[in-house]
Amino acid sequence: MSESIVRALKCRECGHEYKIEPTHVCEFCFGPLEVVYDYDKLQGKFTRELIESRPQNMWRYKELLPIDGEPKVGANNGYTPLVKADRLAKALGVKELYIKNDSVCYPTLSFKDRVVSVALSKAVEFGFKTVACASTGNLAGSVAANAAAAGLESYVFIPEDLEQGKVLGAAIFGTNVIGIRGQYDDVNRLCSEVAGKYGWAFVNVNVRPFYAEGSKTLGYEMMEQLGWKAPKHVVVPMASGSLCTKVDKSIKEFIKLGLVEDNQTAVYGAQATGCSPISKSVKDGTDMIHPVKANTIAKSLAIGNPADGYYANQVMKESGGYAEDISDEEIITAMKLLAETEGIFAETAGGVTLGCAQKMIESGRIPRDESIVLCITGNGLKTQEAVLNEVNKPRIINASLKEFDVLAEADGVQ
Amino acid sequence: MAVTVRIPTPLRKLTAGADEVSIEAENIGAMIDNLEAAHAGLKERLCDDKGEIRRFVNVYLNDEDVRFLKGRDTELKDGDEVSIVPAIAGGC
Repeated sequence: MSESIVRALKCRECGHEYKIEPTHVCEFCFGPLEVVYDYDKLQGKFTRELIESRPQNMWRYKELLPIDGEPKVGANNGYTPLVKADRLAKALGVKELYIKNDSVCYPTLSFKDRVVSVALSKAVEFGFKTVACASTGNLAGSVAANAAAAGLESYVFIPEDLEQGKVLGAAIFGTNVIGIRGQYDDVNRLCSEVAGKYGWAFVNVNVRPFYAEGSKTLGYEMMEQLGWKAPKHVVVPMASGSLCTKVDKSIKEFIKLGLVEDNQTAVYGAQATGCSPISKSVKDGTDMIHPVKANTIAKSLAIGNPADGYYANQVMKESGGYAEDISDEEIITAMKLLAETEGIFAETAGGVTLGCAQKMIESGRIPRDESIVLCITGNGLKTQEAVLNEVNKPRIINASLKEFDVLAEADGVQ
Repeated sequence: MAVTVRIPTPLRKLTAGADEVSIEAENIGAMIDNLEAAHAGLKERLCDDKGEIRRFVNVYLNDEDVRFLKGRDTELKDGDEVSIVPAIAGGC
């Protein structure tokens, strides 16, 4: 199993192919480049038994990731629980519900550890010494941590108003954190120009085609953990729209390789109303994505000009899925619902996913009697500001049994 | 009036490696036409068959995406800076 099945980078717009190198846009039409594979080389060789015999991390699917041989960075990343969420299912009035819980992804508690380990492994293969990213927060932490563990220099660029947990969660790794006055889209634009000037591996610029492939492992795990089955419905949060397209790709690849049967999986996207250009396009029945100025507490999803929006739109349309968006208040309500029913503290984006799923279940877009997977991609401890004033404060008493008795009596404890 | 246009890496083969070029133009549409006149081949990279700016091309006037202004009709004045930037991803 040593031969790589990676064939080339291919433009999604015009189909022009490029050799494997650190580049991300088609020189001809500016379309995004995507890694393409010769799946035929894997026929009969990449089996359930082989995968199951390997350690529980994302590299158990390494043949379907664009690296040469063994991973250079993040060898332990990935493989998060798929939680059968019966209490939440009851609250939503559905029969079969699962949470793919990447809020506990190793090592930085978001699904970004998947994409970063592929991007940095590739960066090391290409010979880069410095890695960088434009980030809404989770990516910054993951790049910083994985770079530190691999002995790489790193620069992470973030909007200056990010949540404290995300800034700290990057800075602790000794990275260079650069706060940009403006929104993520401004950070993104700067990074595109920085990437052109400095010889660094920008995980979501010049090594983005490799980086994005890492997201597929979330989908692979989901299917393996369902007992080698694709769900009927899967709901993902959308910022750039990349995860939506990669979960869809992961399912198609497993079907092609005979690892799961085609279950006609419908892919659904979730956004916050304050930044919902992709959801709006789906709901309006168009494939034109109109950029917006983002304004939402779901900062990890606050990308007003989503690079993969068009493709995410196509995935939802072609798979029979749909998209929704919810208000900031609904995000908080959903975060609390997930925490109180399943003991999972998701970040704001998790609230978006659950809240939008709930809305689509209530509107009949997602049927109540078929399997549903919700993808939770980040941890609530990093976005504490969102719920700081929404939860009960501790009640302070002295270390006195009498005082506790008074309190317990007031609570009606028997 | 002359504006400065910042050229992204993938297009520099067409500008003999220059990362900035100076262009005379009244508005963004004319700027693209004049870029084409100076550096043949640039327009088809930036615009589709109908002359609309391609889906994956972002054009910024100073710090504002021209899609939030008047698109191709966005007026330019002396000393303006225009950036051409391919769309890139982050978040999920």
